[in-house]
Amino acid sequence: MAYSDKVIDHYNHPRNVGSLDKSDPNVGTGMVGAPECGDVMKLQVKVNPATGVIEDAKFKTFGCGSAIASSSLATEWLRGKTVDEALAIKNTDIVTELSLPPVKIHCSVLAEDAIKAAITDYKKKAAPVPAEAARV
Amino acid sequence: MKLPIYMDNHATTPVDPRVFEAMRPYLTNVFGNAASRNHSFGWEAEEATEKARKQVASLIGATSKEIVFTSGATESNNLALKGVAEMYAEKGNHIITAATEHKAILDTCKRLEKHGTRVTYLPVQQNGLVDLDQLRAAITDKTVLISIMHANNEIGVLQPIREIGKIAKERGILVHTDGTQAAGKIPVSVLDDNIDLMSISAHKMYGPKGVGALYVRRRNPRVQLTAQMDGGGHERGMRSGTLNVPGIVGLGEACALAQAEMPAESKRLAFLRDKLKERLLNSLDEVYINGTLEHRLPNNLNISFAYVEGESLLMGINEIAVSSGSACTSATLEPSYVLKALGAGDDLAHSSIRFGLGRFNTEEQVDYVAGKVIEVVKKLRELSPLYEMFKEGIDLTKVQWTAH
Repeated sequence: MAYSDKVIDHYNHPRNVGSLDKSDPNVGTGMVGAPECGDVMKLQVKVNPATGVIEDAKFKTFGCGSAIASSSLATEWLRGKTVDEALAIKNTDIVTELSLPPVKIHCSVLAEDAIKAAITDYKKKAAPVPAEAARV
Repeated sequence: MKLPIYMDNHATTPVDPRVFEAMRPYLTNVFGNAASRNHSFGWEAEEATEKARKQVASLIGATSKEIVFTSGATESNNLALKGVAEMYAEKGNHIITAATEHKAILDTCKRLEKHGTRVTYLPVQQNGLVDLDQLRAAITDKTVLISIMHANNEIGVLQPIREIGKIAKERGILVHTDGTQAAGKIPVSVLDDNIDLMSISAHKMYGPKGVGALYVRRRNPRVQLTAQMDGGGHERGMRSGTLNVPGIVGLGEACALAQAEMPAESKRLAFLRDKLKERLLNSLDEVYINGTLEHRLPNNLNISFAYVEGESLLMGINEIAVSSGSACTSATLEPSYVLKALGAGDDLAHSSIRFGLGRFNTEEQVDYVAGKVIEVVKKLRELSPLYEMFKEGIDLTKVQWTAH
């Protein structure tokens, strides 16, 4: 299979590889996929609680070149975005940017899932008020 | 050193220049039809195919009248299984094969099942070999054929063909073996091993693509086949179609060269393979060899680099041609069914690489490949959340994954 130049660039020079401190209340962690399926993405965001802006994003991915590129690109896009803007990132945006072929669309879906999982995790930590209490 | 490096010799092999030289006249001025009995053009062609028939027979310990030329091992496998199932339908309708066979066997069996044949797919042990007790237990009075490959195309393991031949002979059952990977690489004797039918292919042993053969035993017992293609009754009525004279000459020459050079070449390949294996095992942790090393082709190494996905590894070593059992590299998006059959888990199938060394690989190339693979595996593990978790002591089998 021929890879697009952008996929090759992200594969050769992955952006923002690494891990953030999971226990930091301002860090949200998303882990999606499964080893048996051949891809697992871990994506983390660090949010400034005052502004709601994502100040840092890191990833680690077990998967094919397109999965690595999708998550690397996602971290690039996340930096500087607000949490709400981040949630608006769609897998189709990643498909277009990386010119992913149809068999690799699931890589972009996984990246979108990872973004959503990381932000959900951050929100859960930032708003520790139980749902029952909020309703009263 | 020239790049890219070809190390995928289980997929195909380049034509040896000596083979090409042998074929050359038959691609140009010697063009006769081997079935033309009444002029010199035909006689020349026939003489060439009969020489090749002897060369093929000699490689596997057969006689030349037992060689049927085909278009390749897929056709040979189809002819053997369908031909036997049809010819011996009155005797029985049961075939025994194994889960790790090539698709040319498995899909042929699936087709036969639609027409009323019963097929037993033997599982394999973790080392990749069939269990002979399970084979004995699977035999019924309706069993007409056991088809077990000699050497596996992915993991290179050698099935206990001689023992299988013995068991089958005692029970009066025919044995077919897909010898595509074994012929020309390791000594094969259809007589000593009690093999009744054997498929071989030219392009796996430095011959041209599009030509192969089926060995069909003529004596003790005389095996009969129902032809699967109608036509001029070539090849003693078993395979119609004008003989591919240049291809057959190439197959014959490839067999003769393989036979002559096998003792030295198999030692050389085993040395290179073992060097590659040792360097990978000594430089990397969490590396697993798939299938037994004890009973294995000298040129095969199938190895899983845990926590690294196969396609991403291939991408990093893109100037080295090897293959992977990863789902991402297959047309079906399923990981290798052969590795799954070993019971090692899908994750190790996704992480596997098959190295197939060949006649034209050098020690310098092996050194380069080892160094490059080590470098890329290390890089990808830096990127792998699974390797990070493994290093933190997390048991990955206990993690709740979000399957997608």
